[in-house]
Amino acid sequence: MNRRNFINLSGLGVGGLLVGSIPVMGHAVSPDRLLEPGVDTAIKKQLADVALNAAKSRGATYADVRIGRYLQQFLFTREKQVQNISNAESYGVGIRVIANGTWGFSATSDVTPDGIAKCAATAVAIAKANAKIQTEPVVLAPQKGVGEVSWKTPLTKNAFQMPVKDKIDLLLRTNNAALENGAGFVTSNLFMINEQKYFASTDGSYIDQDVHRIWPTFTVTAVDRAAGKFKTRDALSSPMGMGYEYLDGLASEKIPGPNGLVGYRNSYDMVEDAALAAKQAKEKLTAKTVSAGKYDLVLDPNHLGLTIHESVGHPTELDRVLGYEANYAGTSFATLDKWKTKSFKYGSELVNIVADKKQPYTLGTVGYDDEGVPAKEWDLIKNGVLVNYQAIRDQVAILGGTESNGCCYADNWDSVQFQRMPNVSLKPGTEKRSVLDMIKGVDKGIYIIGRGSYSIDQQRYNFQFGGQLFYEIKNGEVVGMLDDVAYQANTQEFWNSCAQLCDKDDYRTFGSFFDGKGQPSQISAVSHGSPTTRFNGVNVINTGRKI
Amino acid sequence: MATILTEAEARALLQKVLNYSKADECEVNLSGDISGNIRYARNEVSTSGAKTNQNLVVQSAYGKKVGTATIDEFDDASLEKVVRRSEELAKLAPENPEYVGILGPQTYLKSNGYFASTANLTPDARAAAVAKSLELTRAANLTGAGFMEDSHGYQAMMNSKGLFAYYPSTNVNFSLTVRTADGKGSGYVARGYSDVSKLDTAAATRIAMQKAAASASAKALEPGKYTVILEPTAAAVLMENVFFNMDARSADEGRSFLSKPGGKTKLGEKLMDPRVTIYSDPTNPDLPASPWAGDGQAQKKITWIDKGVVTNMFYSRYWAQKQGKTPVPFPNNAIMAGGTASLEDMIKGTQRGILVTKLWYIRPVDPQTLLYTGLTRDGTFYIENGKIKHAVKNFRFNESPVIMLNNLEVLGKPERVVSTESQGNYLIPPMKIREFTFSSLSDAV
Repeated sequence: MNRRNFINLSGLGVGGLLVGSIPVMGHAVSPDRLLEPGVDTAIKKQLADVALNAAKSRGATYADVRIGRYLQQFLFTREKQVQNISNAESYGVGIRVIANGTWGFSATSDVTPDGIAKCAATAVAIAKANAKIQTEPVVLAPQKGVGEVSWKTPLTKNAFQMPVKDKIDLLLRTNNAALENGAGFVTSNLFMINEQKYFASTDGSYIDQDVHRIWPTFTVTAVDRAAGKFKTRDALSSPMGMGYEYLDGLASEKIPGPNGLVGYRNSYDMVEDAALAAKQAKEKLTAKTVSAGKYDLVLDPNHLGLTIHESVGHPTELDRVLGYEANYAGTSFATLDKWKTKSFKYGSELVNIVADKKQPYTLGTVGYDDEGVPAKEWDLIKNGVLVNYQAIRDQVAILGGTESNGCCYADNWDSVQFQRMPNVSLKPGTEKRSVLDMIKGVDKGIYIIGRGSYSIDQQRYNFQFGGQLFYEIKNGEVVGMLDDVAYQANTQEFWNSCAQLCDKDDYRTFGSFFDGKGQPSQISAVSHGSPTTRFNGVNVINTGRKI
Repeated sequence: MATILTEAEARALLQKVLNYSKADECEVNLSGDISGNIRYARNEVSTSGAKTNQNLVVQSAYGKKVGTATIDEFDDASLEKVVRRSEELAKLAPENPEYVGILGPQTYLKSNGYFASTANLTPDARAAAVAKSLELTRAANLTGAGFMEDSHGYQAMMNSKGLFAYYPSTNVNFSLTVRTADGKGSGYVARGYSDVSKLDTAAATRIAMQKAAASASAKALEPGKYTVILEPTAAAVLMENVFFNMDARSADEGRSFLSKPGGKTKLGEKLMDPRVTIYSDPTNPDLPASPWAGDGQAQKKITWIDKGVVTNMFYSRYWAQKQGKTPVPFPNNAIMAGGTASLEDMIKGTQRGILVTKLWYIRPVDPQTLLYTGLTRDGTFYIENGKIKHAVKNFRFNESPVIMLNNLEVLGKPERVVSTESQGNYLIPPMKIREFTFSSLSDAV
């Protein structure tokens, strides 16, 4: 049995999500329940062996089993009140097999030897039934068993162990900071996720993992009632693969920018950001409307991450390239024939984009993926040339490879694992350069911060992005705030216009907490690191209208 | 216990749960549904699955302190436990100043949204429906990628003031993208029904195949303002953003497209062409919906936009009480009235224009003006002198449905469509719009 509810977003003010509503998986439980330990690893190993043996005895040539306990705590507030606190737990087993060269999958919440054996039998029966209409057998890249291992998100403060009262206090202090600085309205939210997952396969792997993620965010609204105008400013936090320590607001992790802006690296000061947000939302009410035309863009990491996600992350997913997502998310312009030339210029020489499942503090980081492959790092774009894709065990043979990239993921025990985006990040420049250095070299430009409106076509050629804050740059200086800004570009032209990178001291990660893909849709969380980066001659449109 | 309970079984179970309650107020929601799906791509079945959900939600309140707990086990001990847990959580919760208490008994309209044909659909029947589609695309050397998902279930609620509600429903959604072997043409179709016997996957497949083949040699047109005919599937993704944003509280707070300078709202004002009428009606036989809202309020036929004038917004019970208004629940369906013209008639009557099959990746750009961006996809054609001349490359648009519905030329006959963004089902007419803003070209097929 399984349950998946959705908290409707209308009125909750959660901006910039990649799915339209927030999925709540599992059953509502008390906060204390989230602190109870899961089943002992030794028992999970016994249960996993029941699944693997049952599958093999019924004719599976490969089997893997995931015993998963998925915990969520979500808090929602507006102004001076708590709107909702959601504590949820989901526990069960997913079994995936290959029989007669075909995949079969089944899941159950009956986590007993009997329930698991029945579930394994169902998975094999489905594989055998589907094999009748399958024309090509699955080719699974080999993966040596890793034995009994474990991995945990490195953290210093388990967010689930922090009292709910402290979290509410933080959100209400955040709201107060916004209201005291001129906000008309404010909503703030805190999302915490813990995946306790045990994976075993017939390759001889028994992997126990404890994965944590956190996302504090808010939306501040400033209203000019007389003029009938309103403007919002969302938090400049990033969702992280961290514990509650992300909310310590360490001064050492702040990067000062022009016009009093603050960039946050691996520690976030939510109250400070909310106070700033209120002032900036008010400033937006009277900001100058942009003149459409070509501008050099200076893009902050908290903005550029989403552009990387949409224009590099998704087009290099191999399942999209092959057509498996054609009916929903779409296919990709980054086709195999372009990749095979070994000279397809995705971007300028400066563009080096890596995929990884290892970077500290990020959403994609794990010890092993959901089919037992150890976490890796690999190049997608090297010196501007497309060199690789994101592939999992049953895809890598198509690329002539023999080793999975290790980016297989399922959002719950009852979802079948498939290829999901790893962290995809732009490497910082090797020359010493700060944001102020970069702005000094721009004659006519716009400095864009934060994630705003985003839209891209189904093959990832044409995109349009907005932002949270736009500053006009004239002759090397920031001269004031702009409004009604969005830029439109073609992916390949855009990345080839990449002209300058800040250095590693400016490098920060952006994250997408609820990225949707597949039918039925599954979510995943992924980070995108980058330094502030300059793109020359990008087309900017004016989005102001009158109704 | 069966997953799908009859009205009598649901009533008995809910009464049993309420008998355990010691709180000031208690409300119990019960639901069960069974769904199945089959997915295919590259002309092969890729995944298939079935899910069973069953859920009981207990909300207990002491004054304005509210707690909620959930369970999927239904023995007596579990039922009592979930009630106790909701009471414990309520006692620990801060006061919710917006809690307005539970409703007493209500009277509901009759709406038939449950069809045995859909409820009895087997995995074999699902596979057979998809096989009909695959046979056609394989034979024509076209590539099909599709998804079919059906569900049947019920929702029920009861509270300590004597309110009881029960509604069973069924639904099936089918969508298909057909691409040419060279990847230069793509066509789309989507169908949604309560009654699966209305679903003809072969007929739907032929439409997507025709669009794929016809769109293979697309020519580029300059971006700019064009007369467009939006097929209902394309119009739905813009129209639903009008429905979603009809909230009175946001308008009263000055942060909605329905807010006005000086702090007032646009209620009672003409906002769109006088031919635009948008309403909700749970009893519509082509789009049946539950006659009660999640909090137990009765859903009635209600008009949101009447001949271009804003006539209603939704008011939560809290906001209505605060503003001295009658509560209006968020509706369970949305219908746009239309005319009698068929899509073919509308094409015949067009001198120069663009026929749009589908709009994709719709995102808000400015909530103040309800400006949205997105792209055309899977079948975009140039019309000249009443005929489709050739396919055109896809465009990005930046347009507000409010501006669009002031530039209305013709409304056709409404049909049931599935939103490609929210998966919601609506009744929407095809619409001919002048000066629709395409702001750039896309190379995507």
